[in-house]
Amino acid sequence: MSNQITIKVNGKSYTREVEGRTLLASFLREDLSLTGTHIGCDTSGCGACTVLLDGKAVKSCTILAVQADGATVKTIEGMAENGNLHPLQASFKEKHGLQCGFCTPGMIMVASDFLASNPKPNEQEIRESLEGNFCRCTGYHNIVLAIKDAADTMSA
Amino acid sequence: MIPASFEYKKATSVQEAISMLGSEDKILAGGHSLIPAMKLRLNMPTGLVDISKIESLKEIRDNEKSISIGAGVSHATIANNPEISKHMPMISEAASMIGDIQVRNVGTIGGSIAHADPSADWPGVLLASDATVVIANAEGSREVDIDQFFTGFFETALQDNEIITHVRIPKTAANANSCYVKFVQPASRFAIVGCAAAVEKVNGSVKSIRVAFNGVGDNAYRATGIENALKDQKLSAENIGSAASHATDGIDVMDDHFASENYRSHLASVFAKRALSRL
Repeated sequence: MSNQITIKVNGKSYTREVEGRTLLASFLREDLSLTGTHIGCDTSGCGACTVLLDGKAVKSCTILAVQADGATVKTIEGMAENGNLHPLQASFKEKHGLQCGFCTPGMIMVASDFLASNPKPNEQEIRESLEGNFCRCTGYHNIVLAIKDAADTMSA
Repeated sequence: MIPASFEYKKATSVQEAISMLGSEDKILAGGHSLIPAMKLRLNMPTGLVDISKIESLKEIRDNEKSISIGAGVSHATIANNPEISKHMPMISEAASMIGDIQVRNVGTIGGSIAHADPSADWPGVLLASDATVVIANAEGSREVDIDQFFTGFFETALQDNEIITHVRIPKTAANANSCYVKFVQPASRFAIVGCAAAVEKVNGSVKSIRVAFNGVGDNAYRATGIENALKDQKLSAENIGSAASHATDGIDVMDDHFASENYRSHLASVFAKRALSRL
């Protein structure tokens, strides 16, 4: 039972045949080879699979690819522009906001949605924005610092 | 994990969705309860009717004496609506406390109450708000008072061939003076105990009051013991304290690995006090 979908991912339009049950995370990773979107818990808890769907952070392991038909998706691969890291990527590097790096794409994508609605957050608000994203290495401290640093850069 | 195979059917109107619904099909809105259940094969529908693209289900309408929230409106959209925040703060408060940013962006109010998870936030909050659930079916539409909607553990008054189109919440004095508090399960953010309260006061005394819980029993319920104890009384710490002891009167309190029956009952009283002390 195949469905044809067209999705714009990181500025490029893709038309593919997918099964109804294909998850957006699997579609990005397996059909488009965009493996920066990670699948962690696969139960919508950990947030490693977070991407922007029409500008909003979503857990792509809990969205069907067919539901994203006609939508615009941004993944971690679409954050850097013209060879320059996105301010969030630069701040995660600068503030050591990662250790193993598995959770990092999801952290950056949710932070990108969060900072769009709250450009000058305080530390508590940043911590609350990470409710849906797990990191098992850093203890979150440097992730929070990195998001604050990026917020300062982006709102400067 | 990948769900079992099914046929995907995209509906463009509510009536089309109803006509597409087969006997073993499920309705897909935000999918944030359904898709995880399908991955675990707890649910294996033969078809999914996708109602998430139906624009008429995504409207918030400000009527003169009520606000109608479309079944397909996301928790995030509800949380950010200024009219809802002004007329019924507990609705905004609950919406902003559901899950996390990503879940709030996708999950819908209609999906949540149709699923009727006993620990979800909307059932208790809508009970306290005296809402009406508007349901479409092949014959047209019908309305169900929220007090008759939640009928058991993951069970509602909704029939197989019906779709919730919106919930209508009255702009009452009680809803304008309302709040929602919860004790969260730290990973999922579901309520271990959630308490919603709406109180209209005249000259400092309670004229009307609705208090409801989710997370405590098999389904969300109104704590009529608390309501009756506070009717025509002042919301003093002493009155609230004695009323809150009726939080679980007549309820078969859940007992699980998050909270024992005793602990949950205690939490229900504590969170009733916290909610009522704010009003």
